[in-house]
Amino acid sequence: MADYHWPPANHRELIGKRIKRIDGPQKSSGRAKYSFDINRPGMLWGKMAGSAYAHAKITKIDTSAAEAMPGVKGVVTIVPEGQEVFWAGQEIVAVAADTEERAEAAADAIKIEYQPLPYLVTNADMQSAGAQFTKQLANRVVGDPDQAFQQSDIVISEGHYGLPVITHCCLESHGQVTEWNGDNLTVWESTQNVSGMAGEYVQGLGEQGITVPANNIRVITQYMGGGFGSKFAADTWGIACAQLSKKTGRPVKMMLERDHEQTTAGCRPSLYAHVKVAAKRDGTLVAWDSDAWGTQGPNAEGSPRLPYILEPPNVRAKYTGVLNNIGPARAWRAPNHPQMALVSNGAMEDLAAKLNMDPMDFFLKNIDLAGNHAKIYRDEFPIAARLMDWKAKWHPRGQGGSGPVKRGLGLSIHTWGGRGNQSNCQVVIHPDGSVETNIGSQDLGTGTRTVINIVTAETLGLPLNAVKVNLGDNRYPPAGASGGSTTVSGVSTSTRRAATNALNELLAKVAPSLGATADQLDAWNGKILVKGNPSKSISWKQACAKLGASPVTGMGRTTNDLMSSGVGGVQMSEVEVDTETGIVRMIKHVAVQDCGLIIDLKTAESQVYGACIMGVGYSLYEEKIMDQQIGRCLNPNMEFYKLAGLGDIGEIVVHMMTGPGYDERGTIGLGEPPVVSPGAAISNAVANAIGVRVPELPLSPDRVLAALGKVPPAGGMTGGMA
Amino acid sequence: MDAFEYASPATVKEALALLGANFQDASVYGGGTDLLSLLKDNVEDTKRLVNIKKIGALHAIQNERGGLRIGAAVTLEQVLSASDVREHFRAITDAAEHISSPQIHNMATVGGWICQRPRCWYYRNGFGLFALDKNGNSLVTNGDNRYHAIFGNSGLAKFISPSSLGPALLALDGRIHIEGPNGPREATVEEFFVIPQKEGEREHALGPQEIVTAISIPAASREAKSAMYEIRQKEGMDWPLTSAAVALRMRGNTVESAKIVLGHVAPKPWPADDAAKSLEGQTITEETAAKAGDAAVQGATPLSRNGYKVQLARVTVKRAILTAAGLPFTEAKGAA
Repeated sequence: MADYHWPPANHRELIGKRIKRIDGPQKSSGRAKYSFDINRPGMLWGKMAGSAYAHAKITKIDTSAAEAMPGVKGVVTIVPEGQEVFWAGQEIVAVAADTEERAEAAADAIKIEYQPLPYLVTNADMQSAGAQFTKQLANRVVGDPDQAFQQSDIVISEGHYGLPVITHCCLESHGQVTEWNGDNLTVWESTQNVSGMAGEYVQGLGEQGITVPANNIRVITQYMGGGFGSKFAADTWGIACAQLSKKTGRPVKMMLERDHEQTTAGCRPSLYAHVKVAAKRDGTLVAWDSDAWGTQGPNAEGSPRLPYILEPPNVRAKYTGVLNNIGPARAWRAPNHPQMALVSNGAMEDLAAKLNMDPMDFFLKNIDLAGNHAKIYRDEFPIAARLMDWKAKWHPRGQGGSGPVKRGLGLSIHTWGGRGNQSNCQVVIHPDGSVETNIGSQDLGTGTRTVINIVTAETLGLPLNAVKVNLGDNRYPPAGASGGSTTVSGVSTSTRRAATNALNELLAKVAPSLGATADQLDAWNGKILVKGNPSKSISWKQACAKLGASPVTGMGRTTNDLMSSGVGGVQMSEVEVDTETGIVRMIKHVAVQDCGLIIDLKTAESQVYGACIMGVGYSLYEEKIMDQQIGRCLNPNMEFYKLAGLGDIGEIVVHMMTGPGYDERGTIGLGEPPVVSPGAAISNAVANAIGVRVPELPLSPDRVLAALGKVPPAGGMTGGMA
Repeated sequence: MDAFEYASPATVKEALALLGANFQDASVYGGGTDLLSLLKDNVEDTKRLVNIKKIGALHAIQNERGGLRIGAAVTLEQVLSASDVREHFRAITDAAEHISSPQIHNMATVGGWICQRPRCWYYRNGFGLFALDKNGNSLVTNGDNRYHAIFGNSGLAKFISPSSLGPALLALDGRIHIEGPNGPREATVEEFFVIPQKEGEREHALGPQEIVTAISIPAASREAKSAMYEIRQKEGMDWPLTSAAVALRMRGNTVESAKIVLGHVAPKPWPADDAAKSLEGQTITEETAAKAGDAAVQGATPLSRNGYKVQLARVTVKRAILTAAGLPFTEAKGAA
């Protein structure tokens, strides 16, 4: 009998190898159909009319002109008269028409009258926001920070740090195609939550007076263009789309336009903080004090925990949520962690500079404060330092060269949980030898399909192409939503168990023909063989033929014995700063990351590369720019909402921790952690290069030149603290 | 975007007959890299698109008595491929190269390059070219003007002219060839780019019934050492924060005369004549170039959030001069 444990390193044919994603050719040739690509016979197009105000009460909605327009088939109201809307662009009415252009024209023709209400859309600080828009959410005290800061033999560093609201910029925008067939609803949705999505529609449609049981709802997401935490719900557009389909009796496609996507479909909350941090002259951290705030959209709740990872014995950490009308906050890859890392690791680096210490020495001096993960960071720092050539390149702050272009190095550490979500998997072995793996999970573009394929094939001793992976459909066994780096462990462990269970069924059937018992057999290299006597074997195909007419199936659930949680990562960044122009260019970025047992080294590395690129984006360019006068976003486009391009990212070096000490931890998720550190590492590198801290991201020329004292700080540029 | 008529005339004469008395009656459609987004985003509306790409006469790059004439429908890619341009009018090639997108190079035309509309985000979000609130106050002055004008911004127009061809052409004494109901005419670059003063005016001295047919550069400009430099935050697919075109006429090692034109700092290409004068009789060095940069930003009137662009304009001019003179300087290039 095969057992569930992950095979040892010398017994792995596929797990841990660099394997190309199996759906690459489909994607690169355009054969992969995303939700955006789904077209159904007789399909209508849906568009929405959104609020013209950042905060208002709707006094009148007149859809008569729109309804009379050619091709318009149906209209549904999302926010009725008398109710409030809380950000500009919030969806109020949806309309379906026979062409996309007609739907858009009809949405434009909907007349909505408002009673404007007070609003706040900027990254204002707490004081100017006023009590109406603020809510204190944390005031954590550990030890005696007041007394600790009074000690005589300490060095104190004070600073301001912050980063603005950014958006998710999924390549595929939010949206879906909905189709009713009698009482049955089919939804092709761009979602991170295939198995949970039916419940979203049950509830959302129920609130609109449409009763539909979950078992009548089919959700399909074969391919997806990213979610990054913003695609768990059916959202107003999903429910409105299904309503329009119901009303018109036709399939309806409603995918968000890019401007709508930028306006509404997700904001990463900002974080600003005044920080005071103290250490003894030898670098031992003593105390931390922070007064922080962040804009969280209309509903402020939860708070980032400061300091990040390295918590000294004395701490005071206040946090105030600023409630504003910028659109709802949504989880953005590693919620809160990039913000916490920038504030905390920025302040730590400033303190190290004040102590005249190499920040690597400073972090290592205090690394025991990281608790269980201290060993991981101790393993990773030397590797990162070697890949960056840190010791040779690092210089004290401000000694970045004599010319106008300065070079600097910075670093950061990060952590994340990443325990697998609960998923169920079914593996079917057919009498002809073919294998399918069925699981109600989804591949966001991360390589989930490939990971499931690898685990199934490895478990059954088969090549990758012997297995067909079916996912992205809620007809398959339910699997958890893909968020918080939970998918790879969730699906790998359930698949391992399902495949093992199916295999054991098969082994029981073929054991007599090999003159052995099932527990003496193993599947290896396309054969079923007797352990310790490999000459006694039959081919996989011959073995399966013994099944007769019926396939065998195995079910598996996610279990803790095959996985764990809690990872550590170290990143180092090298930048070049043009002190005449304030332009920052990436030279090199090193990411060293653990995530336990790695199923596919290549897609794991790709995750880290992608995270680093995303990290360069939010460090140097990204900012959702709002105007308080008009209550609206000024850059809801890919022109002035700037993302890093290939020419901007520099050299990225990824090193995954593997082997003893890591493999035996079992699988751990990876999506979030590597995106946490770039902000801090790059900001620290810029400070090291130019000798002063640029307090806030993105590190744009105006901010860099202001920090250098070459131009006056622009009003309103910082969180109000300039 | 409302429904519109589409016309694809074969001659300039036919094209002119398809234009209307108002700008809203018809729009001249070249590469469409700007126009189509204006229409799709409901910033501008049109009743008729007049495609000029089928007009053969607008596609030529010709050497005319030593000077150069480039048809309005010539693409940026064709400009980049023209060795005569690259060898003798480098500021033009530089300007095209800095638009670092192959897609735009392949689609955008020379005519559109000078006629494109401002990128001001209030304008592009539907608040009008002057971006005034209900009380007639400037949303730009009181709002986020980080990408707006630091010169020529005392009137209603606070946007910047987005064209990088404008400064290059002005530095090279280029002319713009126009055809309208009264036949062909020529305009200098100074005449062509204007700062609109009231509602309804545009950034170009082009009537609604006129089209640009070509640009030309005189033979005399072959003698100039020209270059264009721009500062972009990103390497690719990004608008310049500031740009500058420089044309130096040298006698031996000293500058006989110079032309310096700033781009992306004002509602039109902005000549820096004092800066140019400061170079006369001088040898180009880091120091004289820097002094010209200082002179170029004298009198700048930055808005609340774009003071940094004064510093950028200063450096842009310095580096454009050094580039034209073939002298090295240090800039952040990154690893790419």
